[in-house]
Amino acid sequence: MNAIEVLALTKRFNGLTAVDHISFGVEVGEVFGFLGPNGSGKSTTIKMLTGVIRPDEGKAVIMGHDMQREPLKAKQMIGVVPETSNAYIELSAWNNLMLMGELYGVPKKRREEQAERLLKQFGLHERRDSHARGFSKGMKQRLILCMALINEPSVLFLDEPTSGLDVESTRLINDIIRDLNKSGTTVFLTTHDMMEANQLCERIAIINRSKIVAIDRPEVLKRMASGLQSVEVSFQQVVKAEALSAFARVRQVEKRGDRLRIYAEDVDGTIDCIISFANANGLKILSLNTIAPSLEDIFVILTQKERPETNHALA
Amino acid sequence: MPWHEQIGRSLVVAKKDVWIYYLKGPVIIFGLIFPLFLLIAFTIGRNISARELFPGVMGMAIFFTSTAVGPAILPWEARSRTLERLVCSPVSVWALFLGDVLASFFFGLLISLAPLIVLLELGVEIQNILVFGVGMILATFCFASLSILLSVYPPTDVPATVMMLSSLVRFPLVFISGVFLPVEELPPWGRAISSVSPLTYFIDLARYSITGTSYYSISLDLAVLLFFAIAFLLVSIKLHERFLPQRLS
Repeated sequence: MNAIEVLALTKRFNGLTAVDHISFGVEVGEVFGFLGPNGSGKSTTIKMLTGVIRPDEGKAVIMGHDMQREPLKAKQMIGVVPETSNAYIELSAWNNLMLMGELYGVPKKRREEQAERLLKQFGLHERRDSHARGFSKGMKQRLILCMALINEPSVLFLDEPTSGLDVESTRLINDIIRDLNKSGTTVFLTTHDMMEANQLCERIAIINRSKIVAIDRPEVLKRMASGLQSVEVSFQQVVKAEALSAFARVRQVEKRGDRLRIYAEDVDGTIDCIISFANANGLKILSLNTIAPSLEDIFVILTQKERPETNHALA
Repeated sequence: MPWHEQIGRSLVVAKKDVWIYYLKGPVIIFGLIFPLFLLIAFTIGRNISARELFPGVMGMAIFFTSTAVGPAILPWEARSRTLERLVCSPVSVWALFLGDVLASFFFGLLISLAPLIVLLELGVEIQNILVFGVGMILATFCFASLSILLSVYPPTDVPATVMMLSSLVRFPLVFISGVFLPVEELPPWGRAISSVSPLTYFIDLARYSITGTSYYSISLDLAVLLFFAIAFLLVSIKLHERFLPQRLS
C-alpha cells in the first residue's frame, strides 16, 4: 500500500485549471519532493491532499483512506506544516501544542509527553510558556512543525518548511525530517530549494502549468539533461574561449571568472582534446573538472519549456 | 469517527475561541461596551419600573452579547491563516462551527448574568424560573447560531467588515422585536414584522416569566426559538461549507 495515492486529481478555479489530472504514488517511509514554479499548482495540490479543498475530479488516498469519502480518518493520519506561519500567536507554545493534541484526540498524558519531547527536540522548551507572538520566524516555524507532529502522524506534509529561515533553523528542520524518515514517517515536501530537495528527497515530482512533467529519483532526473554535462578548465595562462570552441562535438564555451566551461556531448573526448591542446601550446592546466547538471538545471529546463512534448528532446 | 468524539472536538474549538477571541477589541466593543451604553440609554430617564424594563433589558443583553463573538472568529482565523490548520485537522465542518456557536453561547450566557443579577437586586421577581431559564438558554443558543450565520458572507478576512455588516442585521432586529413596545401594542403590520424575529419570542417569554401574561403561547415561544436555533445552525454550517474554499483560497 502506498502512503499517498493520487489519481487524476484535478482542480479548477473560475474556469482555469489549477491542477490537471495529476497522478502519482508515494511509498510508505519515502521522502517525496514536489517542485514547481510559482502558480504551477503545488499549493493547490497540497491543499487537496490535506483535505483543505475538494478536488473537482480524481481522488487522493492517504494511508488507505480516501480524502473525500473518509476525510476524518485520512486527516487523523497526517501532520501538516502549511506554507505560511499559522500558530495561534495569542497562545503560548505549550497551549498551541495542547490545542492541536486535543483536536487530534491525543490522550492528555500522551500529548503532554509528546509536547515536552518535541519542545526539547526543537529547542523551544525554555520558551514553552511564552506567547508565540514574540517568536522569531524560525521559532514560529519550529513550533508549527511541533504542532504537526503532536499526533505522531504517519504522513507529514511540509509546504516550503524552510522558506526564508535562518541557517540554524533550516538545518535543524532538515535534520529532523531525516530523523522522522528514519523512524518510518512518510514525508511529502514542497520546496523551491533544489539543494534541499536533492539532499532530502528519494523521489521528486516536478509540476509545471498544472501538470506533472517529470517524476523520478533526483539522480535519474539529472541524467535527463546529459546534454548539459560540461568540463571546467583553468589554465595558468590566459586562453580565449574561441580557442576551445573548435574542439569536436563542443556545443558551447563560457568564460566563468578565470575558468572556461565547455558544454560537450562527449565529455571524455573533450578532456582528451583539452590535454592535447595544453601540451601542443605549452599551457599548464591548474584545474580540470567534469560538471554534472544540477537538479536546478533540470528544473529550469522542464519548467521553461513552452510545450510539454518538447521535453522528450531531453531524454 | 463517532459523533460524540466530534462533539468533544467542538468543545476544544470552543475552548480555543474562549482563549483567543473573548478579549479581542471588536468583541469587547460590540459585546460589552456597546450593549452597556444601549442599556443605559434604554433605562435612564424612563419613568418605568425595573419589572417593566426586565424583558427589554434581558432581550437586548442576551441578543447583543451572544452575537458578539461569532462574526469575529472566522475572518480572524482566515486572516491569521489558522483556519487552514483547523480545516486539515480531523474535525468535521459541523463540529468546527458548532464549537464557534458554543463559544458565542457561553459568552452570551455569562455576560447576560450581570444585568440579570442587577435586575434581581432591584427587586424583580421571576415567577416562572424554569420557563425563563429554558427560554434564556434557547435564545442564547439561537442568537449564537445567528452570529455564525452572519459571518458567512462576504467570505472576507477583515473582521471589521463582518462586524459592521452583522450590525446591519442586528439593529433592525432589535427595533422590530418588541423591545421598546410590547407586541400587543404594535399595529397589525408591526406585529407581522415582529413575528419573523426570534428575539420577539424571547421577550414574550421574559415578560411571561415576570407578569404571567404573554402575547403568544409559551409552547409557541419555545418551539419558535428551538426552530430558529436549529435552522440558523444548519443553514450556517451548509453555507460555510459552500464558502469555505473561497475563504481559504
